Amino acid sequence: MPIRLEPRAAASRWVRYLAPVASALAAMIAGTLLFFFIGHDPAEAFYVFFVQPVSDLYGLGELFLKTAPILLCATGLAIGFRSNVWNIGAEGQLILGAICGGSLALAFDSVQGWWLLPAMFLAGGIGGMAWATVAAVLRVRFNANEILVTLMLTYIAGLFLSYLVYGPLRSPTGFNWPESTAFHGAARLPRLLDGTRMNAGILLALGVAVAAWVFVRFSYLSYQMEVGGKAVNAARYAGFGRNRMIWLGLLISGFCAGLAGVVEVAGTIGKLREVVSPGYGFAAIIVAYIGRLNPLAIILSSVLMALFFIGGEQAKVSLGVPSAITGIFQGTLLFFLLMSDLLVSYRLTWVGFASNSAEGGGAVDG
Amino acid sequence: MIRILMRCVMALVVAVAVMGTHSANAGDPLGVGFVYFSPVGDTGWTAEHDKGRLEMEAALGAKVKAKIVENVAYGPDALRVIRQLAADGHKLIYTTSFGFMDQTLEVAGLYPDIKFMHLDGYKSAENMGTYSLRYYEPSYLAGMVAGATTKSDTIGYVSSFPLPAVLQIINGFALGAQAMNPDVKIKVIEVNSWYDPGREREATDALFAQGVDIVAHVTDSSAPTLSAQRTGKLVIGFHSDRSKFGPDSQLTAVIPVWGEFYTRVTKTVLDGSWTNAPIWDPMSAGVLAIAPIGKMVPEDIAAKVMKRQAEITAGTFHPFQGPIKDQAGTVRVKDGETIPDADLYSMNWYVQGVEATLPE
Repeated sequence: MPIRLEPRAAASRWVRYLAPVASALAAMIAGTLLFFFIGHDPAEAFYVFFVQPVSDLYGLGELFLKTAPILLCATGLAIGFRSNVWNIGAEGQLILGAICGGSLALAFDSVQGWWLLPAMFLAGGIGGMAWATVAAVLRVRFNANEILVTLMLTYIAGLFLSYLVYGPLRSPTGFNWPESTAFHGAARLPRLLDGTRMNAGILLALGVAVAAWVFVRFSYLSYQMEVGGKAVNAARYAGFGRNRMIWLGLLISGFCAGLAGVVEVAGTIGKLREVVSPGYGFAAIIVAYIGRLNPLAIILSSVLMALFFIGGEQAKVSLGVPSAITGIFQGTLLFFLLMSDLLVSYRLTWVGFASNSAEGGGAVDG
Repeated sequence: MIRILMRCVMALVVAVAVMGTHSANAGDPLGVGFVYFSPVGDTGWTAEHDKGRLEMEAALGAKVKAKIVENVAYGPDALRVIRQLAADGHKLIYTTSFGFMDQTLEVAGLYPDIKFMHLDGYKSAENMGTYSLRYYEPSYLAGMVAGATTKSDTIGYVSSFPLPAVLQIINGFALGAQAMNPDVKIKVIEVNSWYDPGREREATDALFAQGVDIVAHVTDSSAPTLSAQRTGKLVIGFHSDRSKFGPDSQLTAVIPVWGEFYTRVTKTVLDGSWTNAPIWDPMSAGVLAIAPIGKMVPEDIAAKVMKRQAEITAGTFHPFQGPIKDQAGTVRVKDGETIPDADLYSMNWYVQGVEATLPE
C-alpha cells in the first residue's frame, strides 16, 4: 500500500476529546445516509431517529429511564478498563443484581419499611460483585482470561434467571407464565415526574458517576489501579499489587452492574421476568469508550446510547424499518470511534507506490 | 470541554422544544395498530396474525387503516411502541402476545378513548379486552388423525412451556388420539422456547429415535415438519399449514384463522358495539381449523374426523367430556360431565397416557 500509518509524536489533548464527538456526528450522518439508501427521506429519518423520541416530556423521561442502567454499567466498567481489566460481562452481573435485589423484594413482600429499597440495592450490588468474583478468582489464581470468563458467565446468569422465573420464583397467581409476582410499593423506585416513567434510578446513576469521577480523579487507589494496568512492571516496582487491581476492577464494575439490575427490576419492570435487560451491559462497553473512560463524559455518552435505543424503536414504529437499525448505529459509532482514535495517535503518510517495505521502520502497514 | 458538550445538549433540547410535537391526523378510517413480537415470516404465529390483518383490511376496505410493528421485544420497551401507536391516532390496538400484557394495561390507562385487545392474557380494563382461541378443539381432531395413523402406539410431542394454554392443547390431542386408539401414549419433550428451530429439531429427532412414528408440536418453527420429511416420518403441524415443507409427512395441522376474528372484532369497534368481555373463541366461530388431511390417511378415518368436527362446531361434543383421568389415575372430569371453563383455564395436569412430568 502506498499509505502508511506513522505514530504522531504527541497527540493533541483537544483532538483526543473531540474524537468521540466527531465519531458520534459521523455515525449520525452515516446512519442518516443509510436511511436514504433504503429509500427514506434522510431529513425525516434523522428527525424520527434523533428528535421525535425526545420531543416531549414523556420522551425525555424515557431517555433518562434508559440512560440509568447504561450509565451505571458503563461507569463501573470504565474503572475496570482504566486498569486494563476487561470485564465484558456486565450484562451477566446486571442479571445477578436483578435476581438478588428482586428476590429480596419478593421475600419481604409484606414489609413497608423505607429500608427495603436500600437493602435491595445492597443485595443487588453484592450479587453483581459475587458474579464478578468468579472471574476474579479464575484470573488471579489460574490466569484465566477474564474476557472469556465474564462473557460466558453472562449466559449462565441468563439461564439461572430463566430457571428461577419458571420455577421457584414463579408467581402462583400468574397462570404459570414465567414471571414473578409484581413487587409491592415499598420495593418500587419512586417515579420522579408525573406523566413519565422516569424514576429515581437516574439520580442514583448520576450520583454513582460523580462519585466515580471523584474516585478516579483524586484517589491514590485509582492512580495505583491505572499504573497497575498500564505499566505492570512499574507498578510492581512501586509495590502496587497487580492482583489487587484485578480484584478491585472486577468487583467495582460488578457492583455497579448489579445496581443497574436493581434499577431495572425495581424501577422499570416491577417484577422478575425471563429477560431483564435488552443488552445494557454490552452497550455499556461502547459507552465507556465513547466517554473516554471518564465518568463525567460517560454521562453524556450514556444519554447518546439511550437515544440510539429509543430512536431505533421510533424508526421501527414510524418508518417501518427493522429494529436491527439500532445495532447498525451502535456498530457504526464504535467503528468511527476506533478509526478516529487511530487517527489521533497515528497519521497517514503518502509513501508512494515505489517504496519497499524495508524503509518502513516501526510504522504499521496500513 | 464538558461545558461545551453540555451546551450542545442544551441546544439540542431547545431545538427539539421548538420543533414541537407532530400531531396525529384524526382522519376518517379507523386506525388499527398491531404489535407483533417477531418479524412477519412465511409461516408461524406472527405470519398468521399478519395474514389475518390483511384479510381484515381486505374485508373492511376504506373503513380501516392498519399499521403493524413487528419484532417488538417483550417487557418495558414494548410500552413505548404501544404508546406511540396510541399517540399516532390508532383507535384500536391489538397486542398479539402474552408478553405485552402489563404494557398494554398501562397504555390503556393513559388512553381511555382507545380500545386495546390483548392476546392470551388475564388482565383487562374498561377499554382493554382479552382474546384467546380454543386450540384444544382442532388439537383433538389432529389427535384423532394421529391416533388412527400411528403404528408404534406412541406419539411424540415437542412442547414449549407447561402453561395451562399448552396443557389444554396436548391433553386435547391425547384425548383425540385415544378416542381412535386407546393404547396411545404421548411422549413430551419441552424445549423451553416458543421458537427455536435448533432445539425443536433436536427434540423431534430424539423422539423419532425413541421409536415414535408421529411428532406433534406446540412450538412455532417448521423444524419438526422438516425433520419428519427428511426421515420419512409423520408430523402434525402447528400454527400454520406447513405442508409445503412436509408434502409427504404432514398428516394435518392445527391453525388459527385470524382474518375471521380481526374482521369481526374490528367491526364491533366501528359500529360501537365493542365490549371488554373476554373472548375465548371456539372452532364454531370460524377462527380455528385443521389443515387438509394428508392423502396418506385413509378416507374412512378422515370422514370420522370431519364428522367429529361437525359435532364440535354444533356444540354436541366437547373434547374434555368425562370420564377423564389424570396421569395418577384420579378422575378429573366425571362421566357424563364436561370440564368447566375455569378448570380448563387453569389446567395444571396431564391426562392419562401422557408421559411427562410437571414442575411442582
